[in-house]
Amino acid sequence: MVQKLDMLKETPSQTAGPYVHIGLTPNWCGIDGVYPEDLGRVMVGPQAEGERITVTGRVLDGSGTPLKDALIEIWQADAAGLHNSPVERRGAADPHFSGWGRQPTDGVTGEFRFETIKPGRVPYKDGRLQAPHITFWIVARGINIGLHTRMYFADEEAANAECPVLARVEHKVRVPTLIAPRSEGKDGVAYTFDIRLQGEKETVFFDV
Amino acid sequence: MGSFYQRDRAWHPPAFTPQYKTSVLRSPQHALLSMEGTVSEMTGPRFGHGQLGPLDNDLIHNFSRDGEPIGQRIIVHGRILDENGRPVPGALLEFWQANAGGRYRHKREAYLAPLDPNFGGCGRTITDDDGRYWFRTIRPGAYPWPNGVNDWRPAHIHFSIFGHAFTQRLITQMYFEGDPMIWQCPIVSTIPDRAAAEQLIAALDRNNTLPMDALAYKFDIVLRGRRSTLFENRMEGN
Repeated sequence: MVQKLDMLKETPSQTAGPYVHIGLTPNWCGIDGVYPEDLGRVMVGPQAEGERITVTGRVLDGSGTPLKDALIEIWQADAAGLHNSPVERRGAADPHFSGWGRQPTDGVTGEFRFETIKPGRVPYKDGRLQAPHITFWIVARGINIGLHTRMYFADEEAANAECPVLARVEHKVRVPTLIAPRSEGKDGVAYTFDIRLQGEKETVFFDV
Repeated sequence: MGSFYQRDRAWHPPAFTPQYKTSVLRSPQHALLSMEGTVSEMTGPRFGHGQLGPLDNDLIHNFSRDGEPIGQRIIVHGRILDENGRPVPGALLEFWQANAGGRYRHKREAYLAPLDPNFGGCGRTITDDDGRYWFRTIRPGAYPWPNGVNDWRPAHIHFSIFGHAFTQRLITQMYFEGDPMIWQCPIVSTIPDRAAAEQLIAALDRNNTLPMDALAYKFDIVLRGRRSTLFENRMEGN
């Protein structure tokens, strides 16, 4: 018999189910008094550096129906391109910006909404710069393992064109599924990022 | 910064599992795009004990209104390890569950079993320096769900885990040793390999019970391991 590799297997994923909010956004779903505030609700402190932006969107199933029970987490660099993480080795990130957010999709409209800042650029493994992006992680009833994608910014055309990760998308017709259009209104700068789980214009999901 | 071992997606459930009906329209049809993790994925948020309250890991008391919840008192404990068998300290675990009768405290839940006025159903904790965690709760009941005509979930507790990198992010479910409903469940059976499903079954742990108070179950969780960069400069954390 060949020797055994001394490795454990990763615990398998299971769906977050329809009641994921009980555990991850209990105040949002009416379970008051257990935690003072839902984790990840506020990402940006008053003194945070960078351009304030709102990111909204919906998660659509294969019939085009928005998911009203999804939960989304985002993870991103600060305005200088540094992550607020103890394993960030390149420097100290802005202490007034968490970089991590968590929001449910609305129970009626299916819309999610993050108040954040526009991230700076971070390097790829070979040192080339990636285009500014926000990492998305989507869980819900019917999703057996969390889906990982990225949102890029439509007003970063030059950076997007040279991003080593976007360059890996073989079918260029799919690149626009990762790029959020920018709008400016009375509430400031907003980006809209609709995520299509299945079918026409299906969002690119990553195995990282 | 070392990258992580590739996720074994034949061990995890695939996206499309038609016996679990909701997955049919919520599963991507295109292949996932493989990408070696960058600094965006190999970093992640970290949470501190200062962010937690003293009852956050005690579901018997953290929603108490006029007493304690009805049900089988249990302790759930275990370790968070990576695939190299190393403990993961400082990992945030969040968990949620139904009450003893299988009823969730959620506005969309309409099961006729009653709510327990003293049970909320959520908790959280952070692993210690050895990767250990524990919490106290009541054992959840099975509950019916509209999938097949007569499908029931086995008793289970949902777990959400943050390791040290966003790419280790995991949500799963814990089941209880000896529950015959585990092997009838369309969600458990989304996992192709029986050995993988068995990794989700907590063992009854008599040695860690509180005599005359609570039974104990042991549930260890394994997160993705960081690659050792042999023949390269060894990076911190390896």
